[in-house]
Amino acid sequence: MSLFDWFANRQKSGPISKDRQEREIADGLWSKCEACGVLTYTKDLQANQLVCPECSHHIRVHSDERIRQLIDSNTWIAIDTQLVATDPLTFRDRKSYSDRLQETKEKTKLLDAVQTGVGRLDGLPIAFGVMDFRFMGGSMGSVVGEKLTRLIERATRERLPVVIICASGGARMQEGMLSLMQMAKISAALQRLRDARLLYIPVLTHPTTGGVTASFAMLGDIILAEPKATIGFAGRRVVEQTLREKLPDDFQTAEYLLQHGFVDAIVPRTQLKQTLARLIRLHQPAASTTTSTTHLSMHLPEVRSLSVTTPE
Amino acid sequence: MATTERKPILLDFEKPLAELEARIVQIRELAEENDVDVSDQICQLEAKAVQLRQEIFSGLSPLQRLQVARHPRRPSTLDYIQAIGDEWMELHGDRGGSDDLALVAGVARLAGRPVVMLGHQKGRDTKDNMTRNFGMASPGGYRKVMRLMDHANRFGMPILTFIDTPGAYPGIEAERLGQGEAIAYNLREMFRLDVPIINTVIGEGGSGGALGIGVGDRLLMFEHSVYYVASPEACAAILWRDAAKAPQAAEALKITATDLKQLGVVDEVLPEPIGAAHADPITAAETLKISIVKHLDDLSRLTSQQRQELRYQKFRAIGVFTEIPA
Ligand SMILES: [Zn+2]
Repeated sequence: MSLFDWFANRQKSGPISKDRQEREIADGLWSKCEACGVLTYTKDLQANQLVCPECSHHIRVHSDERIRQLIDSNTWIAIDTQLVATDPLTFRDRKSYSDRLQETKEKTKLLDAVQTGVGRLDGLPIAFGVMDFRFMGGSMGSVVGEKLTRLIERATRERLPVVIICASGGARMQEGMLSLMQMAKISAALQRLRDARLLYIPVLTHPTTGGVTASFAMLGDIILAEPKATIGFAGRRVVEQTLREKLPDDFQTAEYLLQHGFVDAIVPRTQLKQTLARLIRLHQPAASTTTSTTHLSMHLPEVRSLSVTTPE
Repeated sequence: MATTERKPILLDFEKPLAELEARIVQIRELAEENDVDVSDQICQLEAKAVQLRQEIFSGLSPLQRLQVARHPRRPSTLDYIQAIGDEWMELHGDRGGSDDLALVAGVARLAGRPVVMLGHQKGRDTKDNMTRNFGMASPGGYRKVMRLMDHANRFGMPILTFIDTPGAYPGIEAERLGQGEAIAYNLREMFRLDVPIINTVIGEGGSGGALGIGVGDRLLMFEHSVYYVASPEACAAILWRDAAKAPQAAEALKITATDLKQLGVVDEVLPEPIGAAHADPITAAETLKISIVKHLDDLSRLTSQQRQELRYQKFRAIGVFTEIPA
């Protein structure tokens, strides 16, 4: 239902005041698209997986919502849910890292910037990690590194495909070099997953930058991205300052990366679950003998003709 | 190394020392002109100079260490390669259309054994720095060194990498060619290689651009080198919203060799000669060679599987967190 339809319905039952309309936006009944400004009934927006029905703008999705969108209901088993960051450097900028962590935890009800677990995607068992940009810009410190490494190690042991939804500004500066080293740690686990010939698909969402781009985001067997997501290594402002020139509008977008060969496909969020399921199924050995016979007869007709002629 | 022959470049905190040394020279000249014996005084002043130098360099702040690490006369990758290697031949190209001069690599012989050596190369002067892009490597550079690390692996040659970069190059072309992918690929593949790998931070370890050649069995770090997740300048601009807070950021980020040894990131801190490596590059190179050879001997006693497992566990153990009860 678009706002126009809603108004049309409303007008039949009498006019509503502007006050009431604003109150209902504040109440969350209606959501205003940050890209096109059009109002959509919040329930409709959620049903459309937070993609604006008017302009297809992909609104940022939190980790819980992402799990609901992709993992079959009642199959999600969260793992390593009790890992929390400490403040190993006793880091303090304008605020202490400890205070920042505490505030962020209270505000987001999360313990850190990634949720990991196992569950089923369209019936297929997978190991799943999803970053949450609300938690200090999805930055990667020791906890993100450890949780993703454990997830990948578990997938290697249990022979599961891995899907990770990336959304991160990069390494978490407040943990200094410990954060940088998480890039290597996760990459090490991915090397073993790869050795075990297991499938890994990162999904790059807005934004995927810095140390995450320079590690697990770019190490997928197949790399997917959401439309118009910002994906890059160096920050746009840093590049601008280095070159002192204006950058092309599409610089570091998902579309730019597709054009230059760094992602396999851009997948609208509304098709993400079915696309992941399809890709995972395509990498599984054929399930039954009937399927493999069909496969043979379809692709190797000369074999069939041989077997047909022999009995005579 | 020709670096010692040139006029020294002084850092702020070296000035009292330079003044004292100038005074010693002055007194000696005066004494000679007037035919007076001042050898006692000279000896005293010289001892004082040594003490002062030691005091200054042992008490450097993280920001001052950053200045030493970036010192234009600090020995570079090629300086060390030429000093420690018996033979050296540089090899070029990523076989994908580029040869990045900010990362150099080649085959060499170290204490009798064939090795592959590679590292970031900063320029020695402004012109050289233009050619070397100030040691900021492009995707082609990471792919070139990966090609040569693969080469080393095929021929059973240990790999020695030397880290000295402000960071990977943040340019349009670098982004277009996949700077992130190039670094990520090296991180993963360096865990696959089964020959010994020793990484040494000889100067500046700038973030992902440093780590892109920084995975191995041992991480060594010169005493006055630095290694950081973000440069103190960038960190100050982002977290303090004020680039002038770089000294505070340098302090907070724990970028020095001793800090990183404590955090379990660095395996060994290599002492530098008094006055830092640029004051006596030959001694610094000797220290480096002795340490590398010792570690190579240790690593050679392990099987390739043992090395790969230990390398995995070494990185696996990095990180600090707690697990709270459910
Ligand atoms: Zn819209």
